Amino acid sequence: MALSVETALQPVLEARGINKHFGPVHALKNVDMSVFPGEVVALIGDNGAGKSTLINVLTGVLPLESGEIIFTGERVHFSSPHEARAHGIETVYQDLAVAPHLDAVANIFLGRERRQKGVPGLLGFLDNARMRRETDEQLSRLRVRVPDLERRLVTLSGGQRQGVAVARAVMWASKVVIMDEPTAALGVAQTGMVLDLIRQVRDTGIPVVFISHNMPNVFQVADRIVVLRLGEIVAELNPKTASIEDAVAAMTGSSRFSNREVATSD
Amino acid sequence: MTEASGTYDELVTEDLPAWQRYLSRISTSFTPVILIMIILVFAIHERASFLNARNFNDIIIDSSQLVVLSVGMTFVIITAGIDLSVGSVLILSSVVAAKVMIALSGTPQDIARFEFPTQGLGIPVGLAAGVATGLVCGVANGALITRLRMPSFIVTLGMLGIALGLGQLLSGGTSVPNVPPSVQTEIGLRELVGFDVAGQRVRITPPVVIAYSIALIAAVVLNRTRFGRYTYAIGSNAAAARRAGIEVDVHLIKVYALSGLLAGVAGAMDLMRFGTASVGSHQSDNLAAISAAVIGGTSLFGGIGTIGGSVVGAFIPTVLRNGLVITRVQPFWQNVAIGMVLILAVYLDQRRRRAEERM
Ligand SMILES: Nc1ncnc2c1ncn2[C@@H]1O[C@H](COP(=O)(O)OP(=O)(O)O)[C@@H](O)[C@H]1O
Ligand SMILES: [Mg+2]
Repeated sequence: MALSVETALQPVLEARGINKHFGPVHALKNVDMSVFPGEVVALIGDNGAGKSTLINVLTGVLPLESGEIIFTGERVHFSSPHEARAHGIETVYQDLAVAPHLDAVANIFLGRERRQKGVPGLLGFLDNARMRRETDEQLSRLRVRVPDLERRLVTLSGGQRQGVAVARAVMWASKVVIMDEPTAALGVAQTGMVLDLIRQVRDTGIPVVFISHNMPNVFQVADRIVVLRLGEIVAELNPKTASIEDAVAAMTGSSRFSNREVATSD
Repeated sequence: MTEASGTYDELVTEDLPAWQRYLSRISTSFTPVILIMIILVFAIHERASFLNARNFNDIIIDSSQLVVLSVGMTFVIITAGIDLSVGSVLILSSVVAAKVMIALSGTPQDIARFEFPTQGLGIPVGLAAGVATGLVCGVANGALITRLRMPSFIVTLGMLGIALGLGQLLSGGTSVPNVPPSVQTEIGLRELVGFDVAGQRVRITPPVVIAYSIALIAAVVLNRTRFGRYTYAIGSNAAAARRAGIEVDVHLIKVYALSGLLAGVAGAMDLMRFGTASVGSHQSDNLAAISAAVIGGTSLFGGIGTIGGSVVGAFIPTVLRNGLVITRVQPFWQNVAIGMVLILAVYLDQRRRRAEERM
């Protein structure tokens, strides 16, 4: 079912033949992956499979070694994560990439601070009230609750910090949202909230790449599942037809899903 | 999102032994307490000569250079860096200022007769040259740290030696003679505002105005502007700042440049206050400035610190020295006391940071 939709649409983000080495470690081997409008792609794989590395290459954190990245039909080169963000690609990195001594509003606006009008703005004076207001508006639109926007993140729990990082990505994304294990530190209720958020974003047409180790979550929210093992894409599963056992088997390489063609044909 | 239970202090100190938990909680507020305790001890001991308006006026004037150095140091330490070179840069700046001032204030014959026909030109240009010298040293620090990916500790330790050596070379290792005396009499000691308190004259002089204006502006910049926000963000998580598109290296160069610039300003203030550039003093100013910032609550791990805290912190060495002189105790005890307070402050900060990481 997903296939017919895919062929009709141009991918928003596409990786072609990506390779990446860390010294002797061949972390990504000829990886091809596409992200289509309005879908949730789950990227799964064992620890060390290369999921985070793929995200880092796609978003300009790591330099591209070989292969190409096509964004909205054009070949792009992101030399920094900031450039990817400027193109509308927002990422929740596995390490969150927040400044723990700043509050939620400051983190959400980090690098895009609103300045006051006129001369004070030219002098660099921040418009904290406006940033606070815009954060409030956006978070309530997305139905995200962050406990106290003016508390420094060090004083929040791991889950709350993750919430801030997710809110920041969702708030700014205009083309793609990428989330690398965004629910790792979350309880059941908060995880449910993030999954809802992922669906909401998808429903606005913005695709989401979702990395998780939690198979029930993956099957709940994904439209398509891509399996990475030892740096290679080994399977693409349709969550409507495949089972959790199939996914785990593909991740660990213990079964029939040892090549992509078998996996994708339902 | 779950609600965090309790306050920040409870969260981060919950698994510490009771006495350490207690110390951690007071660590952010202990600076004023220590300062008041020091003042009380001297006040009880030497009431007449310590506890009077004139002496407090002296303390405020004496603190002016350290306040300026501590402001720059606060920015640097908030970015999780350190600037060990400020004392030497101060010395080099004041020597350069003195030399330029003398050269432009008259012909060598004039100067030999202790006449300064063109001091109207020489004094301002000399002071500006001193400030510029500090700026150059600061930019060099920042450029080396960011371009060569060297620890700030090493680069500024190198600069400590370079600036001190250059200052000694330029001055021949002694105080620079023949500085136009008006720089002291007309500027450094000029009474801008004066009033009597209980029969004693209290004078506000240019160094005081310069120091506290700088502190005030710095506090506003740190709290209200993007420059301040980036300073905290980089110290808190440089990788996150980079991913957010902040030009971390450029910002760090600016921060070290600011520290150097302020050391240059302090060098110019030294010349104003004492009428000579001396290479013998200020060698432990880096200890004093780092202590002022850290005792004032700035974290050596980055991301935390305030200008207000550092200003209060800067008073501790100044009051100690003043009080020790008045009570006729060897003032060298000041360094001993500051060293001990510094170690305590860093220890408390470290406990706090480790507790945070355990969360
Ligand atoms: N910065 C790095 N330096 C060296 N090796 C790395 C680095 N980042 C990742 N790797 C290696 O690349 C492989 C893939 O890691 P990663 O992408 O983090 O996996 P995943 O996110 O799927 O758990 C692992 O073998 C890991 O050790
Ligand atoms: Mg990972």
